[in-house]
Amino acid sequence: METLVADIWRSTPLVLLTLVGLIALLVEGSGKGRAAAVYWISLVGTIASFVLSFLSLNTEEAAFNDMILQGGYAAFFGMIFTASAFGTLILSRSYLRRLHTERGEFYVLIVFAAIGMMLMASAIDLIILFLGIEVMSICLYVLVGFLRTKLTANESALKYFLLGAFTTGFLLYGIALIYGTVGSTSFRAISAAFPAVSNQPLFLLGAAMLVIAFSFKVAAVPFHMWAPDVYEGAPTPITAFMSTGTKAAAFAAFVGVFLGAFQIAGSKLSEVIALAAAASMIIGNVVAISQSNLKRMLAYSSIAHAGYMLSGISAANREGETGILFYLATYTLMNLGAFGVLSWVEQKDDTKLTFDDYAGFSAQQPFLAALLSIFLFSLAGIPPFAGFFGKYYVFLAAVKADLTWLAIIGVLTSVVSVYYYLRLVMMMYFQPGGATVEEPPAQMAFIAVTCAAILVVLFGIYPSLIVDLTKEFLNI
Amino acid sequence: MFSLAPAIVFFPLLGFLFLGLLGPRLKNERLVGIVGSGTVGLSFLVATAIFIEMLGLPPEQRKEIIQLFAWIGTFTGTSASMNVSVAYQIDQLSIVMTLIVTGVGFLIHVYSIGYMHGDPGFWRFFTYLNLFIFAMLNLVLADNFLLMFLGWEGVGLCSYLLIGFWYDRKFETGGYAPGTAYTGDAAKKAFIVNRIGDFGFLLGMFLIYVQFESLNFDTVFGRAAVLNVGGEVMMWMTLLLFIGATGKSAQIPLFVWLPDAMAGPTPVSALIHAATMVTAGVYMVARCSILFALAPATLQIVAVIGALTAIMAATIGLVQNDIKKVLAYSTISQLGYMFLAMGVAAFGAGIFHVMTHAFFKALLFLGSGAVIHAMHEEQDIQKMGGLKKYMPTTYKTFLIGAIAIAGIPPFAGFFSKDEILWKAFSSEYGSVLLWALAVLGAGITAFYMFRLTILTFEGEERFDHRHVHPHEAPQSMTIPLIILAGLSIVGGFVGIPESLLGGNALEHWLEPIFAPALSKLRVVPHHVEITEYVLMVLSVGIALAGIYGARRVYLRRQELSALWQQKYARIYKILWNKYYVDEAYDALFVRPAVRLSNSLLWKGLDVAVIDRMVNGTATAVAWCAFWIRRVQTGVAQMYATVLVGGIVVILFWLMIK
Repeated sequence: METLVADIWRSTPLVLLTLVGLIALLVEGSGKGRAAAVYWISLVGTIASFVLSFLSLNTEEAAFNDMILQGGYAAFFGMIFTASAFGTLILSRSYLRRLHTERGEFYVLIVFAAIGMMLMASAIDLIILFLGIEVMSICLYVLVGFLRTKLTANESALKYFLLGAFTTGFLLYGIALIYGTVGSTSFRAISAAFPAVSNQPLFLLGAAMLVIAFSFKVAAVPFHMWAPDVYEGAPTPITAFMSTGTKAAAFAAFVGVFLGAFQIAGSKLSEVIALAAAASMIIGNVVAISQSNLKRMLAYSSIAHAGYMLSGISAANREGETGILFYLATYTLMNLGAFGVLSWVEQKDDTKLTFDDYAGFSAQQPFLAALLSIFLFSLAGIPPFAGFFGKYYVFLAAVKADLTWLAIIGVLTSVVSVYYYLRLVMMMYFQPGGATVEEPPAQMAFIAVTCAAILVVLFGIYPSLIVDLTKEFLNI
Repeated sequence: MFSLAPAIVFFPLLGFLFLGLLGPRLKNERLVGIVGSGTVGLSFLVATAIFIEMLGLPPEQRKEIIQLFAWIGTFTGTSASMNVSVAYQIDQLSIVMTLIVTGVGFLIHVYSIGYMHGDPGFWRFFTYLNLFIFAMLNLVLADNFLLMFLGWEGVGLCSYLLIGFWYDRKFETGGYAPGTAYTGDAAKKAFIVNRIGDFGFLLGMFLIYVQFESLNFDTVFGRAAVLNVGGEVMMWMTLLLFIGATGKSAQIPLFVWLPDAMAGPTPVSALIHAATMVTAGVYMVARCSILFALAPATLQIVAVIGALTAIMAATIGLVQNDIKKVLAYSTISQLGYMFLAMGVAAFGAGIFHVMTHAFFKALLFLGSGAVIHAMHEEQDIQKMGGLKKYMPTTYKTFLIGAIAIAGIPPFAGFFSKDEILWKAFSSEYGSVLLWALAVLGAGITAFYMFRLTILTFEGEERFDHRHVHPHEAPQSMTIPLIILAGLSIVGGFVGIPESLLGGNALEHWLEPIFAPALSKLRVVPHHVEITEYVLMVLSVGIALAGIYGARRVYLRRQELSALWQQKYARIYKILWNKYYVDEAYDALFVRPAVRLSNSLLWKGLDVAVIDRMVNGTATAVAWCAFWIRRVQTGVAQMYATVLVGGIVVILFWLMIK
C-alpha cells in the first residue's frame, strides 16, 4: 500500500491529467452548454501537468513494479505532449467556434490522447506501451472524424482507423514474439537478454513487427500513405496535434524500445531503420514539392522530418538520442506555430489552403507573415532557428555511427525542402495580392504562437538549454 | 568586474532590438538617438571600468574567459566532437580593441544624430549601427574562431546594409561599369568581394580544426606553441586566413570594394570603413600571431602585400578629387602599414597603429562629412576651397588629423608610423626595401593629405555662391570632432619609444599576447641605436617635404599642377583610373562569368539540362500522380497493399539477406 501511494505520488503529471480528464468528462456530461467549462478545465489541467513534469525533470526513476518510468525522459516528453495539447486546445477553440461546432468532448478527447502519449513515453514495459498507443489512437480516430458532416473527415477517419487497426495487429504480434523469446515484456529484462537473443529469428521477427508498427505511427515510408489523406481531412488543429504530439509520442516509444531496451548499434535492425529513414527523407521531400495544398505539403514535410529523426535512431548513439529529443521539442513548436497561422487564414469551406492564397500576405498582416516565416525557415533548418540544430545533431549522430551516406542524403534532401518552404515565404513577401485573415486571431492563440516563435529563435541560439537536460536520460 | 564583459556586448544588442522592433513607431528622433548612442556609451563605460581594473592587476591575471553557454556539441567523452561555446575572452588585446570600437563608435553615434537629422530612415540607421557594434564586439571578444567568424560575417552584413543605406541614390563608379549604378550596387560589390575573403577564412578554419581538433583560441594556440616553425599545413592555414584578412581589410588583391563603399553615409565610412571593421583583418592576424609565427613564408607575403598596398593606394590618392575617395585610398594605404607591421613581426606596433589610425581617420572622415553637409552633398574638392573662414572648427580639427596622418611629431600618427618604419628596417623579417617603400609612401601620404586640406579649406573659393552657403556644423557634430582631434594629438603618447625616453607602454602592455609568437620567431628587443634617430629624422623630413610640396603646388604655384598633368599625362591617367584594377577584374572575372552564364550555364545547362530535368520530373510526377490517383480513389486497400510491400522488404532484409 505504501509503495502504491508513493508510486502514485511520483507519477503526478500523469495521474493529475487523468483526473482532470475524468472531471472534464463528468462536467461535459452534466448538462448542455458546458463546452467552455470543459475547455478551461482541460487547459488548466495541461498547464498543471506541464509544470509538474518540469519539476520532476531531474529525477528519473521506475514506478509501479518497473512498469512506468517517471521524471527525466518521461517528464521531458510529458512537457512536449502537454505543450502540444495546450496549443491544440487553444487553436481548436477559435477553429470550432468559427465552424459553430464547439462541443466539450472534443477537448476531453485531446486530453485523453495526451494521457495516452504520456503513457507511451513513460512505458518501460511493452504492455504499458501498447496500452498507451491504444488510448492515444482511439482518441485520435474520433478527433480526425469529428466534423462528421464532412465527407473528407469521414474518409480520413476511416482510413486512419483501418490502417491503424491493421498495424496494431503487428504491434501485438511483435510483443508476443519478443515475450516468447525473452520471457518478459519488461524493458529491463529485454535489455539484459538482448545480446543472447538478438540473432534468434523469432526475436528478429518480433523486432521487425515493432519497427513496422512504430514506422506507421511516425509516418515513415513505406508506412506513410495514410498521413497526407488524414492530415488533409482532419480539422486543422488536430492535424497540428497529430504532426507534433502524436509524432513525438511515437518517437518516444520508438526511442524507448530501440535505444532503451535494445542495443541496435551496427545491427541489421539499424540498417532497416536507416533504409526507412532514407526513403522517408527522399519521398517526403520530393513529393512535398508537387503539393499545392499546404496541409498536404506539411504532411509530406512531416514524413521527411520523421526520416531525419529516424537517422538518429538508426545511429543509436548518445548524439542520436539527444538529437531526436531536441528535434522533437523544437519541431513541436515550429509545426504547431505553422499550423496555427494556417488555421487562421483557412476558411470554413476548406479553402484558402493553397500557396496562391498567401500572395501579398506580408503587406496585409506583416506580423503574422513574419511569424510564419520564422517557422518555415526553422523547418527548412536554416540557422539561427532551432530547426538547424535538430538536424545538425541527428546528422552528426549518423556520421559518428559510420552512416555518412545517410547524413549526405539528409543534407541533400534538406536542400530540396528549402524550395517548398521558401516558396510560401516568397508568396507572402514577393507576390502581389490581398491575402489576409478574415477575423483577427484570438488573443491567447496569438500569444501562444508568438511565444512558440520566440522559443524557436531562443533554442536556435542557445541549444544547450535543451541539450544539457537530455544528457542523462533513459538509463533504464 | 571581468564577469561584466558580456554586458559590453549586450547593450548594443538591446539597442538593436529596441530600435529594430519599435523603430517605425518611434517618431522622436531624440529618443532614437539617445538609445542608439547611449547603449554604445554604456558599453564603453563598462569596458573602461574593466580596463582600469586590469591596469591594477599583474600581467598574468589580466586574461579571463567568461563562459556564457555551450553552443555546439556538448557531448562529453567524445573527443572529436566540435565543442564551441559562446564565451568572451578578456585580455590585453581584446580590451584595447573593445575600447577603440566602443569609444570611437560612441563618438560617431553622437555625430550621426546631427548628420542624419531629418532622414526618413533615422531609426533604421541607428538600428544597423547598433547591430554593427554588437557584431564587431563579438568579433574582437570571441574566445573561439567560430564566434569570431559569426561577428566577422555580422559586420560584413551591416557594412552591406549601411553602404546601400540610401538605396535609391545614384552613385559614381568612376566609369568602369557602364550604365547608372545605385548605392545598392556598391553594397553588393563590397559583399561579394568580401565573400571571397570570407571563403578563405572559412577554409583556414577548416584546416585549423583538422590540425588542432579545436576551434578554441586557447586550445589551438596552446597546441600550436609546441610545434616547430615551418611546415606546409601551417603555411596554407595562415595564407587562407590572410586571404580572409585581405578581404575585410581591403588589401591587394581584394581592396577594390572599399573606395566604392564610400557610397554609404559618411558616419558609416568613418565607423566601419575606417576606424573599426576594416581593422578586423589586422586584429585577426594579431590574434593568431602564433600561427603566423609558425609560417615565416606567410609573414613575408603579409609584409610585401602590406607595403605594396600602402604605396599603391597612396599614389592613387594623389590624383583623386572626391574628398571621401581620397580618404578611402588613404585608409587602404594605412591598413597596408598595419599589415607591414604584422609581416615584420611587429605585432604591437601594428595594433598601436590601429588605435591611432582609428582616431585620426575617424576625425578626417567626420570632418569630410561636415564639409559635405555644408556644401549640400558636394564631394568634389575642385569645387570647394576657402572653407576655413566658414567652418573654423572643422578646419582646425581636419588640419590636426592631416598632421597626425602625415606623421609629424608629437601627433599620434608619428609614433605609430615611425615604430612600424623602424621595425620594417631593423627586424629580422624586414628589409631596407620594405622600409624604403614605406617611407616613400609616408611622403606621398603627407603630400596628398595636404593637397586635400588645401583644396578644401584654403585658397580661393571655387564653389557657386548663389547656391551654396557653407556653414559650421551643429554641436553634436563638432564636439566629436574636437574630442577626436584631442585624441589625435595625445593618442600617441601611450607608445613613445625608448629612444625618445618614453616607456613604450602599449607595446609592453601587449607583450604577453605576442610573447609566444616572438619567442618562436626569435625576435630580440633592440637596443637604442643611432640608426634609429637617423631614420626618424629622415622620415619626418620626407613628411615635411611632402607638406611643403603640397603647399607650394596648390597654394603658390597652382599652374604647376596642370602642367604636371600634361607632362606626365600617361602616369596621371593610370593613377586617375586606379591602375585599371577594376577594369582588369571586370575583364578577367566579371565579364567571362557573365558570358559563361549567358551562353553555357543559362542556355546550355539551365535551359537544355536543368529545365528539361525539372520539366521531366514534373511530367513524371504528374504521370505517377495520375496512376496513384487511379488506384487511390478512396480505397484504403491500396494503402494496405503498399504497407504489406514494405513489410516484405523489411522481413527480407532482416531474416534472409
